[in-house]
Amino acid sequence: MKMKGAQIFLESLIREQVKVIFGYPGGSVLDVYNYLYESKLQHILVRHEQAAVHAADGYARATGDVGVCLVTSGPGATNTVTGIATAYMDSIPIVVFTGQVPTMLIGNDAFQEADIVGITRPCTKHNYLVREVKEIAATIKEAFYIARSGRPGPVLVDLPKDVLRESAVFHYPEQLTMRSYRPTYKGNKRQIVRAMEEIAQAKKPVIIAGGGVILSNASKELTSFARKLSIPVTATLMGLGGFPATDPLSLGMLGMHGTYCANMAVTSCDLLIAIGCRFDDRATGDVNRFAPAAKIIHLDIDPTSISKNIKVDIPIVGDVKEILKDCLAIASEQKVSKEPHDEWLREIEDWKKTHTLNYKQTDTIKPQFVIEKLHELTKGDCIISTEVGQNQMWTAQFFTFDKPRTLLTSGGLGTMGYGFPAAIGAQVAFPHKTVIDIAGDGSIQMNIQELATAVQYQLPVKIAILNNHSLGMVRQWQELFYQKRYSHSTFAAHPDFVKLAEAYGAVGLRATKPEEVVPVIKKALATPRTVVMEFVVESEEGVYPIVPAGAPINEMILL
Amino acid sequence: MRHTISVLVDNKPGVLARIAGLFSGRGFNIECLSVNETLDPTMSQMTLVTRGDDQLIEQIMKQLNKLIDIIKVIDLETSDYVGREMALIKVNVDEARRSEVLSIADIFRGKVVDISPHYYTIEVTGDEDKIKAIIELFKPLGIKEIARTGKAALQRESKERKT
Repeated sequence: MKMKGAQIFLESLIREQVKVIFGYPGGSVLDVYNYLYESKLQHILVRHEQAAVHAADGYARATGDVGVCLVTSGPGATNTVTGIATAYMDSIPIVVFTGQVPTMLIGNDAFQEADIVGITRPCTKHNYLVREVKEIAATIKEAFYIARSGRPGPVLVDLPKDVLRESAVFHYPEQLTMRSYRPTYKGNKRQIVRAMEEIAQAKKPVIIAGGGVILSNASKELTSFARKLSIPVTATLMGLGGFPATDPLSLGMLGMHGTYCANMAVTSCDLLIAIGCRFDDRATGDVNRFAPAAKIIHLDIDPTSISKNIKVDIPIVGDVKEILKDCLAIASEQKVSKEPHDEWLREIEDWKKTHTLNYKQTDTIKPQFVIEKLHELTKGDCIISTEVGQNQMWTAQFFTFDKPRTLLTSGGLGTMGYGFPAAIGAQVAFPHKTVIDIAGDGSIQMNIQELATAVQYQLPVKIAILNNHSLGMVRQWQELFYQKRYSHSTFAAHPDFVKLAEAYGAVGLRATKPEEVVPVIKKALATPRTVVMEFVVESEEGVYPIVPAGAPINEMILL
Repeated sequence: MRHTISVLVDNKPGVLARIAGLFSGRGFNIECLSVNETLDPTMSQMTLVTRGDDQLIEQIMKQLNKLIDIIKVIDLETSDYVGREMALIKVNVDEARRSEVLSIADIFRGKVVDISPHYYTIEVTGDEDKIKAIIELFKPLGIKEIARTGKAALQRESKERKT
């Protein structure tokens, strides 16, 4: 039976088990929207295309499935770029469908034409311009496969209007043959054996858990591995939740705003086992003085991550879950002494005690206090998204993440405006879970229009704005490194966030004193609607520890 | 060190842009590049010359391999290979120097492919050193223009791979 391109498109999504599309209509995709009108696919109408991508990204991070969005050509497409780059940097599987002007007009500077395939080439895992209706189904099959396999990432599919209007016989390919793309999943056996030998001999081993642990659903394996061999675990920002933060072996996050003990442990260790991380500069500090005494084992599915920033001694390319399973199998055959690293663990315990994450309680609200209370009152049983800056770092430090896929944050690109739409995506996936966006007063205004989306779909997303009336992280850097010259980092004008929430049809709450924090959070959690909580916090509060850019991570400015 | 890298790619629109974008975006350098169809019209063969230390070359190879449309990447420097490029050189020929130009061309097994009263165009094929050498010899005589192809390179058969 012949079908229109637009129908083939929707049918292909159903074959890929897509349940929801985050989108925004426009001229080039009118045909798709025409069939979407009667489709069983859920469509969430956002208020800005950037938010559609972040929402699909949040959906993907929370569920592990591929997030999908659909936008029109030209400005619709270009508005997705920040969202795509965000997903690319954090290896998040999404497929972005953009409308395109009819094929005969491509290259003519037609109305709402943009070369989105050209624009997004460097920030997608792969992208396509579909030139014929009969290619739609196979391209979609490939796009989803590429997005979710190997090191995941965003894929963009550009669909010209005429291609969507033409007809073809629908045939969804069962099998996929790609001669040029075959990700490696199984780790090299010999390398694994070598790694396990090093691990058996190490006196001071440390594991760094990166985002790859979450992406490959390897938390269980990592936890058994670390516990079996008594190896302490630190996490990158993207790895938080990959290993339970409440476990005695957990060191917390490492890097620029890492804990004292994590940074000291990594600097002093004799063996570093990096699992699904890519040694970002925010995690390593000065690479020349990073883990100077350590042999480095690196597990990663992406060969380009290995020896890119940090020279690795034993690389193992493959899916970290698969590799950890193989490591565990070897470990269970080996005799492991009961207290293999006692001395090392005592040293770490000392570091933990010397400098804990802390803040000084005063009569103004401390942002860290708000985050602690959010954790306490939800019992950690929620999905947290963050914006970018101080709010993000305090969340990473003070919210104890015990489970994977509970922290949605833009780690690589550092996209302000990410958190709220990502929370919407997660809430769509899990309507009955508590989803909280921890935001700053700067970031929240970068996608605040999505309040309308949340209200329209009755999504009970909670937003906690830590309002310090400034771009706190910028302000902090100016304070520490730019002689307190606070150039354009404070906001002289702000909306009334409570009234703003109400204007959108959401609930607005405000706390200005420490004793109001708990009642506001309790009320928000008890309200099954979109709620904006504004916490007027200490504006001079900084994130500590902080490692100055270019310094080694053991040179921390502590509180 | 200079490396000649052979890249087999899917013959699809935009592949060259992907490779060029990869090099510019990551600050890698392409010194020369040639692209041709292979016997199988669904594939193209690219030969590119780049420069870098071992770590950089390793990263370039991995990044190339990571591109979805790329089927195979070979660093020809790890084995013996034959590499050739072709140059067309338009040389100034006044009466007195005509024979000098011809004898240089002859020594390099070049061919005169165009003649005008004032210029000869010489076609010469060889590795980079040979092309460089003939250009150096023609320079004092006055070169009006040069057009060079990128390098075409193939691994030698039946030779042990260098370790």
